[in-house]
Amino acid sequence: MMHGMLSILSLLVENRPGVLFKVTHMFRSRNFNITSISVGETSDSNFSRMTITTNGNEKQVNQIAKQLDKMIDVIKVEKLDEHSTIYRELILFKIKISSSEDNRKINDLARAYNGTIHAVRKNSIIVEMTATPEQINAFENLVKPFGILQTARTGMAALLRGNDV
Amino acid sequence: METMSGSAALMRSMEKDGVKQVFGLPGGANLPMYDELFKSNIRHILVRHEQSAAHMADGFGRVSRKPGVCFATSGPGATNILTGLATAQADSAPMVAVTGQVPVKMIGRDAFQESDIIGMSNPVVKYAFQPRKPEEMPLAVQRGFYIAETGRPGPVLIDVPKDVQENKAPMEFPEEFQMRGYHPWMDPDVTGIERAINMLLSSTKPIILAGGGTIISSAFAELQAIAEMLGIPVVTTFKGKGAFPETHPLSMGPIGMHGHAEANKIMIEADCVLAIGTRFSDRSVGTVEDFEKQLKIIHIDVDPAEIGKNQTASVAIVGDVRASLRIMLSLLGKKAKHEDTVWRKHAAEVKSYWRDNLKIHSGEMSAARILRKLREVLPKESIVTTEVGQHQMWASLFFDVIQPGTFFSSTGLGTMGWGFPAAIGAKVAKPDVPVVDIAGDGSFNMTENSLATSVLEDIPVIVFLVNNFTLGMVAQWQRTFYDRRMIGVDQKHCPDYVDLAKSYGAHGTRVQSLDELGSAIKEALSSNVTTVIDIPIDPEEDVLPFVAPGTPLKDMILPS
Ligand SMILES: Cc1ncc(C[n+]2csc(CCOP(=O)(O)OP(=O)(O)O)c2C)c(N)n1
Repeated sequence: MMHGMLSILSLLVENRPGVLFKVTHMFRSRNFNITSISVGETSDSNFSRMTITTNGNEKQVNQIAKQLDKMIDVIKVEKLDEHSTIYRELILFKIKISSSEDNRKINDLARAYNGTIHAVRKNSIIVEMTATPEQINAFENLVKPFGILQTARTGMAALLRGNDV
Repeated sequence: METMSGSAALMRSMEKDGVKQVFGLPGGANLPMYDELFKSNIRHILVRHEQSAAHMADGFGRVSRKPGVCFATSGPGATNILTGLATAQADSAPMVAVTGQVPVKMIGRDAFQESDIIGMSNPVVKYAFQPRKPEEMPLAVQRGFYIAETGRPGPVLIDVPKDVQENKAPMEFPEEFQMRGYHPWMDPDVTGIERAINMLLSSTKPIILAGGGTIISSAFAELQAIAEMLGIPVVTTFKGKGAFPETHPLSMGPIGMHGHAEANKIMIEADCVLAIGTRFSDRSVGTVEDFEKQLKIIHIDVDPAEIGKNQTASVAIVGDVRASLRIMLSLLGKKAKHEDTVWRKHAAEVKSYWRDNLKIHSGEMSAARILRKLREVLPKESIVTTEVGQHQMWASLFFDVIQPGTFFSSTGLGTMGWGFPAAIGAKVAKPDVPVVDIAGDGSFNMTENSLATSVLEDIPVIVFLVNNFTLGMVAQWQRTFYDRRMIGVDQKHCPDYVDLAKSYGAHGTRVQSLDELGSAIKEALSSNVTTVIDIPIDPEEDVLPFVAPGTPLKDMILPS
């Protein structure tokens, strides 16, 4: 959810064992909270990018950013502001279907939200969606009446628009 | 490229870094290191408990400002140094701890004496390394020392699996190395310093608050020059005690929970504070909200994460304290001076009032009197460490540091048992000056077995044992806040400290009067053996003034 006090931090870190532990541990030991996190190697395998969303007021988020910046394995910390950022989450929904009518309706909704249909079975269907958290939440509300059997949701991945590296 | 074992590379790198001695205790997992130590020119100082090795390294590091080194084996040896790492971290002391670890292929299998010391120590070290191949050793050691010593100093752990110690590889010892994510210094921002100067000059009741960072960066001369040029009274945090000569007319002493009455009084009247190298600990400023509401804060610190962490500054300057103060001095140059202001006179009056009128315990052997006696007899260049408790706070109140940078205490973590081993480490760093540990009986109990190290390794220090036969500070809180429900504080079943000292081959003496105390200190100063001076005092003596936890400085409790 992007409303309220959620902030996005983008970290370029050394791609080494233990770095994720140190970063998440810093949040715990400094009494901050992580709402979502996603990590992956960058095109340069020396580095990973972590995208962390956290709640907290501006002062707290500034403090988090400074503590992260101080960590030796953290190369760069950016506070991303929603408006100049592309941010996406991936979610898989397993949705109950009771009729072919359900199937058709879910297909239509998925198409409207740029989702992809997978694993169509007699009683269930899996929809994959890569979207902003708001879009995902909106889709979720629409398919809720059919019965959501399971979801698997990644953390957010985010990059600032523009030319900087 | 020379081929050698990981342990040999460790010694070679340490020698390159100028390491002359390590404090430690061997075990199965660090034997290869010890075997190389045997062959090297580095002195080994054997401890009786690894915690003391860490505290000795810490004491050495605070005095020499070069990382002290301690060695411990894997598992229990490594876990025993955790308190030492945390203590050094809390007080930004440079230190390198080298632990043994089970061989790489055994890691994660709960092998004998395996512990995940990297995981356990993460929150209490500045950085930790675990080289997995021998050829990684030189860089790990070089980086480790560099990290420990630069910027805001701190403890570094190097955990070395046994096979990495043993196996040989061609070794490279690069003179230069890159660390992408480490930026220990920033150049202080000159416009910020200009703003700070204007703010100071336009305030009518300015004050300087010097923290531990002032001591770490040795900015003594710069601090004194600025204070004198502007005629601004100086208070310190407890960690900053002695950053400014406490016998100087502008010195008001430490503020805080057990600050000097005059320091707390003047602090709460000030309208602008130049805060130097301090994190505004709760022990220093009381309740945070009250503090920042009342005055404008100029904050200088080498660590950007300290800016705005506990207090909001009006002007923040990130940079080395000494470099920043030097710029400030050069910009101040010909600017207006405060000199004989009403405020300065007022501060002097507040100080002399409280120095003359603060009630102290009536007995001859009151804490105030014995500490003043120590000050009177001790040469000004002597180094003093303390343990943790009432004696520590009495030292804060009644022992004036004359020569800046000669007073050290566990102020951040508050580790009982720190002072004595730290004194031994300090003496190794500065063998030519007297070193005294101001101790409480409870604290001394925790690491008194370091007497063996002190005697056998010929590192003589003085233990000034303020003996109240109780865990005094806890007892004081129980008397004050728990309606005298005294539990867990009685130390009656303690050893006879004179006999204890003697049984280790040290000197032990007990004194009952100030005259005896004076002679005992003089004798200890001229002796070349560690001396424990047991000074029995009244178990009911309290430390006052006192600012209760969670209250603002203005609610200071004074002796009645
Ligand atoms: C390792 C450790 N355990 C417990 C404490 C809590 N504590 C703080 S002061 C104190 C009493 C210290 O007693 P002593 O060393 O005799 O000094 P005194 O207060 O009597 O001068 C205790 C138990 C501590 N600071 N450190």
